[in-house]
Amino acid sequence: MATTALGAPTRQRRRHPTPYLLLIPAVAALALGLGYPVYWQIVTSFQRFGLAQQFGQPPEFAGLENYARIFSDDAAFAVVLRSIAFCLVNAALTVLIGLAVALLMRAVHGWVKIVVQISMLLAWATPVIAAVTVFRWLFDARTGVVNWLLVQLGFEGFRGHGWLTTPISFFFIASLIIVWMSVPFVALSLFAGLTQVNDELLEAARIDGANGRQILWSIIMPLVRPVLAIVLLLQIIWDLRVFAQIRLLQDAGAPVAETNLLGNFIYELGMARNNFGGAAAVSIFVLLLTIVLSAPYVRSLMKEDAS
Amino acid sequence: MTAVTTAAPARKVVTAGAPRRPRVSTRRVGKWLLSLLGLVVAVAWAFPVYWMILSAFTPNARLRATTPQFLPTHATLSSFQRLLSGDSGFWTALRMSLSITTLTVVLVLVFAFLGALAISRFKFRGRKSFILAVLFIQMLPAEGLFIAQYKMLSSAGLLNNVLGVSVLYTAAVIPFTIWMLRGFVAGVPAELEEAAMVDGLSRTQAFIRITLPLLAPGLVASGVYAFLQAWNEFTIALVALPGQSAQTLPLWLRGFISASASRGIDWAQVMAASTLIAVPVIIFFLFVQGRMTSGLVSGAVKG
Repeated sequence: MATTALGAPTRQRRRHPTPYLLLIPAVAALALGLGYPVYWQIVTSFQRFGLAQQFGQPPEFAGLENYARIFSDDAAFAVVLRSIAFCLVNAALTVLIGLAVALLMRAVHGWVKIVVQISMLLAWATPVIAAVTVFRWLFDARTGVVNWLLVQLGFEGFRGHGWLTTPISFFFIASLIIVWMSVPFVALSLFAGLTQVNDELLEAARIDGANGRQILWSIIMPLVRPVLAIVLLLQIIWDLRVFAQIRLLQDAGAPVAETNLLGNFIYELGMARNNFGGAAAVSIFVLLLTIVLSAPYVRSLMKEDAS
Repeated sequence: MTAVTTAAPARKVVTAGAPRRPRVSTRRVGKWLLSLLGLVVAVAWAFPVYWMILSAFTPNARLRATTPQFLPTHATLSSFQRLLSGDSGFWTALRMSLSITTLTVVLVLVFAFLGALAISRFKFRGRKSFILAVLFIQMLPAEGLFIAQYKMLSSAGLLNNVLGVSVLYTAAVIPFTIWMLRGFVAGVPAELEEAAMVDGLSRTQAFIRITLPLLAPGLVASGVYAFLQAWNEFTIALVALPGQSAQTLPLWLRGFISASASRGIDWAQVMAASTLIAVPVIIFFLFVQGRMTSGLVSGAVKG
């Protein structure tokens, strides 16, 4: 397919305005909706933008002050570390579980595969708001089904247990929701990659005496490694910017300061405390982190495009 | 490296032979055990959705009972009725969500389609930088930009406004849809159009009669993708729609929960509301997921 994409353009050899005209609307929308905000964030991140500026005073230039504060302020630095840890743990969990589910889908009977596929799609299609709401209900302190089940299993301590009030179990629930929602994408993508693994090849390896683990590591893994690398990277990028799930779970009465991640921290700084300079600096920090994380991915794609 | 072409799995080589028989039968047992595990995974993943829909049809009094009911023995529509007839604000939010998603889908489809056409049918200076830019923009986290977007809308007087939010959604969704459509456009060989032009059609005619119909599935898939993104979006809506009267369904549901929180959340009604928001999306998604997934994977894998 890539060759047709690159082969077709040869019919437009002379410089022609058409492609530029075709790009104008998309570029305009991107410039307006994302380009200008990025520019504004960069400029603002170097400014002192506080309450006085809300009342019309022009903001002063502050150099790197806002950035310095991210790393010198203990609370801000804690948010950074917490976000990175949360991101890495969830991305790793999601990809590992997704890979396990994809391999499982390959190993089971045809109808079971379809059942697994459908339940994955159900979770994938559920909107964030509905997903967080139903998990709040599942883990509700008084009437949630999880506490009831744990009490039935003999863990009396869970009667009326509030899951969202302490940071550790708060993040446990948040991870549960995020993993539940993101495993389907990973599992189905990897499964699509796995369909490329030729059954005859596996059968041949089996006849030659390879055991399951050897087949997995020497035949299947090298073939799905490109897909695996990409879904891992996408998960890291997505999990770094978790906002809605945390915000919606905090509604249930969690300690906000101890459960904020980067996105929520930006929201608090900007919307609640009107510290636009600080919020912008944290935003730019997140953007840079995203670019650093995704650079290898983009580079490898460009290499592929060139070949 | 196409993960898209789902080649029909090659047929298993059935080699009958006495020495291999015992291993085949342990593998058969293994397959049953794994299938059982597969069913457990399926139940675990589907359970939250099942629980949401079941609770929506359960009378609230039963939901408060100490023993949960796992089967719909006393199904009732009363939660839905109260939600849809009362002044819960559902209809206002639905109208808002529908306006924003419709406008977003239209803008995204037109803009992204033209863009995809440009990059997959033309060779031009800056094509590669554009593709690179789209790739990077795709990764910009909305969570890093919403303060600026809020300031922008507020200075343009577009807070609590359908157009304001739709433009932000369009910008957020376009990179990926260009990506997806690019694959679909490239999948239609330009030779088909050229052949039609040899037969006497103009380029535009050839495009409309030959290429466009072949692209319809791609356009539908991209449109649905844009719809799902806009319908489910929470973060941008939270900052761009601060008013009480202009809320999308996700914002409205959040407000609905916190409004009832003080007197103990009415979970039956909350689950009914969640079901109303989620079920159309789920149905939509199940219908087009095949195409969307291959678009997603080709976008992610092929570049």
